[in-house]
Amino acid sequence: MSATKPALPGGLPLLAWGVIIALGAGALLWIFIAMYALDTPMRVHALLFAAAFIAGIALIGDRAGRSAGPPVGYNDVIVKYGVVASIFWGVVGFLVGVVIAFQLAFPALNFDTSFLNFGRMRPLHTSAVIFAFGGNVLIATSFWVVQRTSRARLAGDIAPWFVFWGYQLFIVIAATGYLMGVTQSKEYAEPEWYADIWLTIVWVTYLLVFLATLAKRQEPHIYVANWFYLAFIVTIAMLHLGNNISIPISLFSSKSVQLFSGTQDALIQWWYGHNAVGFFLTAGFLGIMYYFIPKRAERPVFSYRLSIIHFWALIFLYIWAGPHHLHYTALPLWAQTLGATFSIMLWMPSWGGMLNGLLTLKGAWDKLRTDPVIRMLVVSVAFYGMSTFEGPVMSMHWVNGLSHYTDWTIGHVHSGALGWVGFVSFGAIYCMAPAVFGVRQLYSLVLVEWHFWVATFGILLYITAMWVSGIMQGLMWRAYDDLGFLQFSFVQTVEAMHPYYIIRGMGGVLFLIGALIMAYNVYMTAKGRVRGNEAIEPERALAQPAE
Amino acid sequence: MAKFTHKTIEKNSILLLVLTLVVVSIGGLVEIVPLFWIKSTIEKVEGIRPYTPLELAGRNIYIREGCYNCHSQMIRSLRSEVDRYGHYSLAAESMYDHPFQWGSKRTGPDLARLGNKYSDEWHQLHMADPRSVVPESVMPGYPFLARTPLDVEIIEAVLETHALVGVPYDAQMIAHAKADLVAQLQPFGDLDGLYERYGEGIAVRDFDGNPRLISELDALIAYMQMLGTLVDFNVYKAQEADNER
Amino acid sequence: MSKAPDKDELTGIDTTGHDWDGITELDNPLPRWWLYMFYASIVIAILGWIWYPSWPIWVGEWTYSKGIAGFSKRAEVTAELQRVAEGREVYYQQIREQPLEAVINDPQLLRISMAGGAAAFGDNCAACHGSGAQGFVGFPNLNDDAWLWGGTLSDIYQTLQHGIRWEADYETRLSVMQGYLADQILTRNEVSDVVDYVLSFHDQAEDEAAVARGQVTFEQICSACHGADAKGMKELGAPNLTDAIWLYGGDRATIYETVANGRAGVMPAWAGRLDDATIKQLAIYVHSLGGGQDEAN
Ligand code: HEC
Ligand code: HEC
Ligand code: HEC
Ligand code: HEM
Ligand code: HEM
Ligand SMILES: [Ca+2]
Ligand SMILES: [Ca+2]
Ligand SMILES: [Cu+2]
Repeated sequence: MSATKPALPGGLPLLAWGVIIALGAGALLWIFIAMYALDTPMRVHALLFAAAFIAGIALIGDRAGRSAGPPVGYNDVIVKYGVVASIFWGVVGFLVGVVIAFQLAFPALNFDTSFLNFGRMRPLHTSAVIFAFGGNVLIATSFWVVQRTSRARLAGDIAPWFVFWGYQLFIVIAATGYLMGVTQSKEYAEPEWYADIWLTIVWVTYLLVFLATLAKRQEPHIYVANWFYLAFIVTIAMLHLGNNISIPISLFSSKSVQLFSGTQDALIQWWYGHNAVGFFLTAGFLGIMYYFIPKRAERPVFSYRLSIIHFWALIFLYIWAGPHHLHYTALPLWAQTLGATFSIMLWMPSWGGMLNGLLTLKGAWDKLRTDPVIRMLVVSVAFYGMSTFEGPVMSMHWVNGLSHYTDWTIGHVHSGALGWVGFVSFGAIYCMAPAVFGVRQLYSLVLVEWHFWVATFGILLYITAMWVSGIMQGLMWRAYDDLGFLQFSFVQTVEAMHPYYIIRGMGGVLFLIGALIMAYNVYMTAKGRVRGNEAIEPERALAQPAE
Repeated sequence: MAKFTHKTIEKNSILLLVLTLVVVSIGGLVEIVPLFWIKSTIEKVEGIRPYTPLELAGRNIYIREGCYNCHSQMIRSLRSEVDRYGHYSLAAESMYDHPFQWGSKRTGPDLARLGNKYSDEWHQLHMADPRSVVPESVMPGYPFLARTPLDVEIIEAVLETHALVGVPYDAQMIAHAKADLVAQLQPFGDLDGLYERYGEGIAVRDFDGNPRLISELDALIAYMQMLGTLVDFNVYKAQEADNER
Repeated sequence: MSKAPDKDELTGIDTTGHDWDGITELDNPLPRWWLYMFYASIVIAILGWIWYPSWPIWVGEWTYSKGIAGFSKRAEVTAELQRVAEGREVYYQQIREQPLEAVINDPQLLRISMAGGAAAFGDNCAACHGSGAQGFVGFPNLNDDAWLWGGTLSDIYQTLQHGIRWEADYETRLSVMQGYLADQILTRNEVSDVVDYVLSFHDQAEDEAAVARGQVTFEQICSACHGADAKGMKELGAPNLTDAIWLYGGDRATIYETVANGRAGVMPAWAGRLDDATIKQLAIYVHSLGGGQDEAN
């Protein structure tokens, strides 16, 4: 079809020329900014941007030179890149997690430096795991799923690549920025104004690619996984725009000032923060679940009607729950009440997803025993169920009074993050890896088995340590002696956390080892190897798009 | 044409997109917008003033180093918090905070009422090596702050941008931003302008113990020493209807 | 690939007739218990809205529904704090109004003061004086019987209320150990000599001649504060230089640094930040740590 498009000299289509010109102009702008930058991080970032834009131009040119006729079949090359990027960023993010975990146990590991101290490394961890690891998994799987469930090739030729590389650029800018002290201090939205603008451009392109692919679909109905992906993409765009409104102090400075302040800024932040959980870490990953569980188990989805009800209920109710991050604060109580009550109503819609995932296995439970990939996917759904039960409980004032500010929150986060987000991602990666590398099967299911057990053990260490330390911390902060005086000083509670921080760190090490096992497994798979004495799977016909 | 069912939505990607957007917009609108309109959202109290240029520069160091990752600045309305840290925080106390620094995790103690609790000397030692004064601490050391010169050139632009988003910095304050920043570090200098613009209550001294250098630590300690000191809770009427919630 | 509803062989349930990449959907109804729990959660939410402040509303101006309970978290904590304060008032009134000597002679008041003092110490004082009140360089140990400003109950109470060199407090304890080299009062050699003299109290002086020269300087300058016998003066916060207890350190280099560049430790004032009864409790607690002195002298 690209044959019919108007082409300019060099055989490049018009759009490609447009992109090249835009990148060229952008590169010039960045060089200009680099020349007059007011601070070092801005200079570094401007040069990075300029270099990346020039590399982008080279890539487009190179691609045009090599392209021979219109592309056919599904665009799985980009999914391959996504899988590799996911694994890479996953390992980085988990490693930084392990480092900050041990920094809290052994503060000497901060090395008294500016760029490696906990305050800068923690956002590096959260962004690396959520946006770099999780984001790449979501981009890769959404491209995989939307093509197959629409029986259409991914829309656009340059656009998806722009999304992929543009997103990696965003990650690099964000990550290097944190280490240099560039931050807006808004949790999960720390990148500064210029990174935010760049992400907006990339994200809107992502939305367009996804929508255009849906529009080309050969199936009359849009599959439920795509409802979730679409909701995830569009809502994240809305949240990102709402929470990042800030004015740079100068075009040449990395520093900006937030438009909103105080209480209003707090609520906007947690409207964003909670729904980053709800739409990035939940809706998006439910999209993954809705494709890979029925596909891998070769069973129909449990209930279409449940899909409808829980989808709409989930996305409607989630948005309201943000104030549960601000209980007992200076946020007016009326808003806190709404946050708490909507969180409670959110419980069943969340479990609707869990039920649709688990009950899809009805009649095929034996697969849990025989297929470690399915087991990973199913256990992830169980963790999802657990943290979406824990969440509403923590949303009630009398529980939150205890849990807020403590490690209990950290335990809750990681049962969702490691158990749900981590495992469902690993499962999807194992499902896609052979196909994207064009081989018949994974290098080793035994290694998947190892990954599963090592990581599960790691998660259990992590979250039990945090529950114990979190509840202990909360109880110690409010403990009174029989004369009505506070029983513990703050530093006593700091001391009491020490053993649990070590246990948590060891749990993290196990989780990281699991990810390294996966990396090795996928690497060997990519080389087309099958580990000795593992069963050879029967050939599976790879589905092809309609055209 | 069949009647409207979920099938209609399922078959139309744009319709699905639009409905999704509508559904996810409602909650935010209903919760956030009234927060700007309901008058009692921010209590009426005496004493709240914008940060001095030096304090604001210090606040930017606080943000840059990510102190909010371990420290809250929000004392909740719970007995144990009021007993430990002092009066619960008011919305008014962070009304000029762009962005807010309430925090979500207390690896270290709350800092909302830190101002005037310790001496500058203590802060100097603590920031350089927390374990030299608090052996049990797990806080990172920030020895580099004392030797890094503060970037005073950008302060005017910082104030100007704050004025743009509604902080009452007037033209005088912006024009004198740099001079005021330096003045706050020199107790024997000319302080009239500084006091006139920010009030007599502000602390003027060399905060980092090194008069030869305007360091990042100067700014950070100036910021820490004013946290939570603006509202006089002997006068504040906690039980007035609008202040209760 | 839409087709007529099929039956799933395994469960015998109809599918919806769609097929995406081999994935089909069963037409199962919503699980009953799930639906009822969902309804129940909605009912709970509605009850919450009725009971507590919740919805923003327009009644000529923007406000919010107050809820039938007239509930307020802030009112709740204020009431709770008041209840606690009222329960304590019998004792607190006595602590506030009686002399400290009398308070420690009342076993019940003493018990309360010790507990309250220990609690306040952990979150306010331990940062400087250590969680065991053992002190650090520049921050005095409060367990021993060496006092800069006096170790009686009233001395300590005064120190706590107004602090030491805490400029914001007009009644703060003041006095300076100047930097005698920095302020060009003494030369390098003179400082060095007087350090030798101080070291001689501890049998660490090496140069007898220097000690003799130093003694002259000491008597001229230092004795004004540290006393002719160098045993210190509480009125001026000048420490005893003959005992083995050092605030900054008793080695040659540190003493040289002290005399050459001066010292002026700062202790915050607590009046205003902590209430009077708590400060008194702290004074009693600190007094009890080991070095407390009687009021007599
Ligand atoms: C790894 C977590 C961590 C980070 C990051 C951190 N702190 Fe701390 N902070 C602590 C802990 C734990 C304590 C309690 C022990 C102590 O006093 O050192 C503390 C105590 C403090 C105190 C004393 C508070 C009091 O009332 O006793 C101050 C002031 C402080 N930190 C300021 C800062 C500033 C400013 C930054 C950023 C530049 C920072 N902290 C970063 C963990 C941290
Ligand atoms: C910011 C640090 C700091 C804090 C917090 C602090 N102190 Fe001090 N304190 C000092 C310093 C420094 C001195 C010695 C001043 C000097 O050098 O003369 C001192 C002196 C004292 C003295 C006098 C000792 C003497 O020998 O006369 C007492 C008593 C005392 N502190 C008790 C307390 C109590 C009780 C608290 C808590 C309510 C407290 N301090 C909090 C720094 C602090
Ligand atoms: C105006 C009063 C004054 C005079 C004169 C004075 N001192 Fe001091 N000195 C003090 C005070 C007050 C301190 C305690 C400083 C502190 O608490 O931070 C002190 C502390 C010291 C210390 C530290 C003790 C320790 O425990 O570490 C030494 C040593 C000392 N003085 C020696 C001298 C010598 C030698 C001279 C004369 C050259 C001198 N002082 C003159 C008031 C004085
Ligand atoms: C090896 C695995 C991991 C380790 C060791 C680890 C460790 C940590 C540590 C030490 C913290 C800081 C806690 C604190 O401030 O007290 C943290 C925070 C966080 N981590 Fe992880 N983490 C891991 C994996 C993940 C993954 C996979 C995700 C998400 C997909 C994740 C998401 C988060 C989030 C969102 C926070 C911030 C929580 C909050 O602010 O309340 N982590 N992690
Ligand atoms: C029904 C679903 C859920 C509800 C109602 C809920 C509720 C909550 C509550 C009450 C908090 C604590 C806020 C505080 O005290 O500071 C919290 C924190 C958090 N939750 Fe959940 N949760 C849910 C599901 C999940 C899931 C599935 C994940 C992850 C994949 C998750 C990730 C997080 C994160 C990252 C935080 C930390 C935010 C921060 O303070 O930085 N939540 N959640
Ligand atoms: Ca941002
Ligand atoms: Ca200085
Ligand atoms: Cu939340």
